[in-house]
Amino acid sequence: MAGEKPLDFAREITNRLGGETITRCYQCGTCASTCPVARTTERYNPRQIIRLALLGQRDEVLKGDSIWLCASCYNCQERCPQKVEIADVIYALRNIAIREGNIPAIYTEFAAGLMSEGRLAPISKFLEKKRADYGLPPLKPTGMEAVKKILAATGFDKVMFKKEGASQ
Amino acid sequence: MTSYALFLGCTIPARQPHYELAARKALTKLGIELVDIEGATCCAPPPLQSIDLETSLAIAAYNICLAEEADLNILTLCTGCFESLTIANHLLKEKPELREKINRILSNAGKEFRGTKEVRHYLQVLMNDIGVDRLKQSIVKPLNNLKVAAFSGCHLLRPSELLRFDDPERPRIFDTLIEALGAKSIPYKNKLRCCGGLLRGYADDVALAIARDKIVNAYNARADCISTLCPFCFLTLDLGQMLIKTTYKEEYNMPIIHYAELLSLSLGVEPKELALDFHKIKIDKVLEKIG
Ligand code: SF4
Ligand code: SF4
Repeated sequence: MAGEKPLDFAREITNRLGGETITRCYQCGTCASTCPVARTTERYNPRQIIRLALLGQRDEVLKGDSIWLCASCYNCQERCPQKVEIADVIYALRNIAIREGNIPAIYTEFAAGLMSEGRLAPISKFLEKKRADYGLPPLKPTGMEAVKKILAATGFDKVMFKKEGASQ
Repeated sequence: MTSYALFLGCTIPARQPHYELAARKALTKLGIELVDIEGATCCAPPPLQSIDLETSLAIAAYNICLAEEADLNILTLCTGCFESLTIANHLLKEKPELREKINRILSNAGKEFRGTKEVRHYLQVLMNDIGVDRLKQSIVKPLNNLKVAAFSGCHLLRPSELLRFDDPERPRIFDTLIEALGAKSIPYKNKLRCCGGLLRGYADDVALAIARDKIVNAYNARADCISTLCPFCFLTLDLGQMLIKTTYKEEYNMPIIHYAELLSLSLGVEPKELALDFHKIKIDKVLEKIG
């Protein structure tokens, strides 16, 4: 965003659930050296994401591919000497990115599963039959009514509608 | 008899009935009553936390409310469910402001989180309710020193500050429970490292490279099998070996076996009573070895 001060983005992140601890980072690099993803691909480096975010590089952080490459393994978070909650910070960044319509296809699928069935993985007819063959009890229905009310209350359904609108 | 609300989550009932079947058989044999709860939903794991943390907490809290209403503690099989529900339970018990906020959301669905119940992974139930000694006494078919590469998955241990399951750098509980069955829990390189499973669907190449490391490290340590607790880890490593075969032209034939299956077998459940055809990598070698 043109003319934005670095601190504005930092404040936006610390004000979000999960993002509170980002400003404690002193760039030691422990996170990147313990990260299984950073060891595997040059596309990802958690220290770098935090650095860019603290420098106010909002677009680069939110529109790039990097924030989607964290495997949420919490290895770095266990070891960060500054107690930055890195995996949670990444969630906060993803939450912001998604609100702006930057949502990878796989996440649209997850959200659709939750909104229509209350599950991320739908139960197939094949599986229902298999379950019965093995003597497993039939699955109890999910609490769809409650889920819908919760999603409406948090605005989750609107976040997804916005995406649908944006992609048309 | 100790009773728990069984929280199955999404992946186990939809994709891995072999896990559910083995867990139900073993836990029932050991005197744990599992109650199926009406109205449970997705636990709101990392994929949903990535979309919206607040919604995820509310959905997790909603599921805990169901157990509170049934006056039962929760038992989880999937480590992903264990993580989502445990984190929500601890955060909402310990942060009154957050709890108020989430309860305002839940009131729309006629629910209130009270913070009266615990979330347990089934390994904790084995460890604390049954105990290693009683577990050992119940074994009718010891696993003959089977060399097991224990892989708990990330979300049993981390973030340790909230999960409070075991020492995150030197965990012992899972290994102790493997050895209680008469198997050996062998050391292998990067044992506690992630399987990459959560990157499947977004960056399949990266996910597969990380999974391959896991398989290779267990293979090099001459493991007879890798034992898992998490349905995502299972899928990533079991189906993953098919993908490794086509992508890397490498074949490891490393059986991936949920701990609940090993437990069932050692308690005398016959292989044909388990849904072993759900394994892509056949586990016959392991069955032969344990006789
Ligand atoms: S380990 Fe912590 S302090 Fe060090 S670079 Fe990573 S987030 Fe920053
Ligand atoms: S939580 Fe994410 S950033 Fe941290 S070590 Fe795991 S994959 Fe890397």
